[in-house]
Amino acid sequence: MTTSSPAARPRIDWTRPVLWLFAAVLVLLILLPLSWLAVYAFTDKNRHPTLANFVTLFSNPDFLDPLLTTAIIATTSALICCIVAAPISWLVSRTDMPGRQTIRALVTASFVTPPFLGAVAWELLAAPNSGLLNQLYRLFAGEDADALFNIYSMTGIIFVISCYTFPFVFVLVANALDTMPGELEDASAILGGNAWTTARRVTIPLALPALVAGALIAFLQAMTLFGSPAILALPAGFHTMTTKIWSLFQYPPKLELAAAAAVPLLVLTILLLQGQKALLGRRGYSVIGGKYGAPRRVELRGWRWAALGFCLLVLLNPVFLPYLALLNAAFSPNATTLVTPSTATLHNIVFVFTELSSTQLALKNTVILGTATATIGTILALVIAYVTTRKVIAGHRVLGFLATAPVAVPGIVLGVGLFLSYTRPPFVLYGTLWILLLAFLTINLPSAYQQLQAAFTTIHPELEEASRILGATRLQALRQITAPLLRTGLIATWCFIFIGVMRELSAAIVLFTSQTKVLSVLIYDLNEGGDLAAIAVLGIAMLVITFAVVLAVNQIPMSGGNAGARLRNG
Amino acid sequence: MRKPISRRDVLTGSAALAAGAVFAAPARAAAPEPAAITPDLVAAATREGKLVFYSSMDLPVGEKLGKAFEAAYPGISVQIERSGSERLFQRVAQEFDSNIHAADVVNSADASHFIPWKKSGWLMPFVPEDVAKYFPDNYRDPDGMAVTTRLWLSSIAYNTNLVKAEDAPKSFADLLDPKWLGKMVKGHPAYSGTIMTTTFQIVRELGWSYLEKLSKQRVMLVQSSTDPPKKLSLGERAVMADGNEYGIVLLKEAGQPVEPVYPAEGTPTISGPTGIFATAPHPNAAKLFQAWLHTRETQQFFVDFTGQYSLHAQVQPKAGRRKLADIKLMKEDPAGVEAMTEEIKTRYARLFRV
Repeated sequence: MTTSSPAARPRIDWTRPVLWLFAAVLVLLILLPLSWLAVYAFTDKNRHPTLANFVTLFSNPDFLDPLLTTAIIATTSALICCIVAAPISWLVSRTDMPGRQTIRALVTASFVTPPFLGAVAWELLAAPNSGLLNQLYRLFAGEDADALFNIYSMTGIIFVISCYTFPFVFVLVANALDTMPGELEDASAILGGNAWTTARRVTIPLALPALVAGALIAFLQAMTLFGSPAILALPAGFHTMTTKIWSLFQYPPKLELAAAAAVPLLVLTILLLQGQKALLGRRGYSVIGGKYGAPRRVELRGWRWAALGFCLLVLLNPVFLPYLALLNAAFSPNATTLVTPSTATLHNIVFVFTELSSTQLALKNTVILGTATATIGTILALVIAYVTTRKVIAGHRVLGFLATAPVAVPGIVLGVGLFLSYTRPPFVLYGTLWILLLAFLTINLPSAYQQLQAAFTTIHPELEEASRILGATRLQALRQITAPLLRTGLIATWCFIFIGVMRELSAAIVLFTSQTKVLSVLIYDLNEGGDLAAIAVLGIAMLVITFAVVLAVNQIPMSGGNAGARLRNG
Repeated sequence: MRKPISRRDVLTGSAALAAGAVFAAPARAAAPEPAAITPDLVAAATREGKLVFYSSMDLPVGEKLGKAFEAAYPGISVQIERSGSERLFQRVAQEFDSNIHAADVVNSADASHFIPWKKSGWLMPFVPEDVAKYFPDNYRDPDGMAVTTRLWLSSIAYNTNLVKAEDAPKSFADLLDPKWLGKMVKGHPAYSGTIMTTTFQIVRELGWSYLEKLSKQRVMLVQSSTDPPKKLSLGERAVMADGNEYGIVLLKEAGQPVEPVYPAEGTPTISGPTGIFATAPHPNAAKLFQAWLHTRETQQFFVDFTGQYSLHAQVQPKAGRRKLADIKLMKEDPAGVEAMTEEIKTRYARLFRV
């Protein structure tokens, strides 16, 4: 297109009103629950200002111990996630390792697995006495041998959390490596750099923002996770911050203390985000311009199969072993006895789908919420990421902060914030799916925003600028140029949010009612009653649904996508 | 108003309970006329088409009950909300505070919950005919707000693959033996009404010092009282320190390697009353369910199928099961539980760290 039609000139540019509307929605979405939390944290029962909640918090070992435990779990998990995810994403993205697509699919499978489901599966595998792996070990080591694994321990929890958090790091780093232009590495090679120098001077620095962002998200995920610690730490006799906060909701609820307990987590997160900014600072990372070629694959030669072996070995833990354990439990009369053709039973499946009266309702609610949250969330995150990276309106910094802020609020505390906000006029939403939609939207916004923002920073504005010079408004440029370039990122974000809804338990557990139950809450309820076989059946059904939806979404062509963009990302 | 049938008739026919009264004697009783299951009630209930039942019963047991009701009255679907009684109590409070009334009928494993619910006027008076005729007075509310649907025990138990009968604990005191260190499992009183009631009775009989010593035994702490029997049958732990005796009985009957122990000090006894909420969205279905639940047929089915005990005078114990009269029971005291709930939660959390 070399000429633009002059007739199209005198249109109204809706950019600003639309962007302000989005900004207003975001402010309401996040500030309302956070304000209520702040009010509760700094007041007593009669809403008189006080610091007593914090005095209780910091002078009581009942709170200090969980805080320390949480810090250890989050730090260790984040480190493990990076150490495991970085090499796998490099192998999958930049080498000629065989089975790269399979490994990607398997990482997705571990991402799709809700952490609480993984925790239950690992109970089946590594409970000290009944766990399948420990039973196997005792076949060799003798019946009286001590357990090889004890999942009800700090190490066990860190392990399980890492299993289902490392995909966050993987997705971010692999996306960054996928979109990194080969020319930069070629240039290094032409200038005489060997493979190691190129990796050290070009590839790693270019992937660094994604790795740091990944580490941060892993830390925050591990810190705010509720399901896995509730399932594994309580039987072991210790609390993390989230399970401690949950225990404060027991009747009569101590909401003031719960709100105050969220403040240290919030402060820590703000410090970390600032740290990330200082670390990555002023460097520019725009790598997609209009003129780069496809990335180049490193030839592994003799190491190809060893690399694949390494990936499969790692994926044994989050995918193969847990799903084998769940499959076994689904068809076995006794959850931790190996099923044989003669003992196999369909009883558990019949029970879940014909007798369990909450199954259908929970399935329906979960799919509705997943689809709605993913669609609204992607649009919201896209616009916010656009506004903050392109600095379109005043106060864009504040918007970026607001979009990231919920990450610091454990889901369970956000749940209370939302509960306080939406049980009184003008927004009476408790008891409807809307309040869960808001919760899931708020919880998933930070990672969606981070992901799209990372994608934006790799796209140089020159392409949009070209479009705007040719007469497009910002919104048109966003729709016609940027969105198609971001196709992979957008679809990934949609799936991210959908899966996030499937994984979400901590806010749902505060906000659900009998008519708005979701699958995660149902599974958690079943775990508290010890109905492991029913969990196995529901968990497998959940995985099948998620995969079906994710595959379907990946088939959707992006509107306005041009051939070039399709080629680059496809 | 008293029924023609005398109290003596009822007590001799029923489970002959040593345990105390669940509902205090009335100053002024104002229960409504006993109601039979009439075609009008069935028609009105069928028009509502749905029933929401909040209950802490072990899930397979509760769902079986729901399916039996659906089969008896086609066209009415039953939704069962199962959770621990203490959790349900908190949720009911949270929902009622927010003016959400989804629950029709509630069955709690903590009889003390009916005290504040009644005080707040949240319950609907309704007396099914069978309750008036065949249930002992001290197991039903004088104003017709609730009736004890089921009675069960929280016992000790062990896994027969892991513990020989002669080595098995015989009493609560035996559980403090160092040989059980790290080998026991129990439920949590802040989640389960059964465990709350059990903890109250144990503290009353044995004192906090018993629990203090027990907490040093590295006990695995699950939530629901339905879970310890399952952990025991998986072989995850060798001994159950508290949990549903009926879970053990059912697992044993299904061929699992578990055996109940009725402790020498007495076995904690739990009443599970059922009531209708005044704000029930399906009031006729709720009344029909309440009436059906306490008929002889349902109660007999319930006893046979769930291994719990009925207070219905005409219900016969299932052959081969231990009779309540042969077990030394601890006395129930819902008012005592209500007064001590907070202390139990706080001190328990301090001892067991969670």
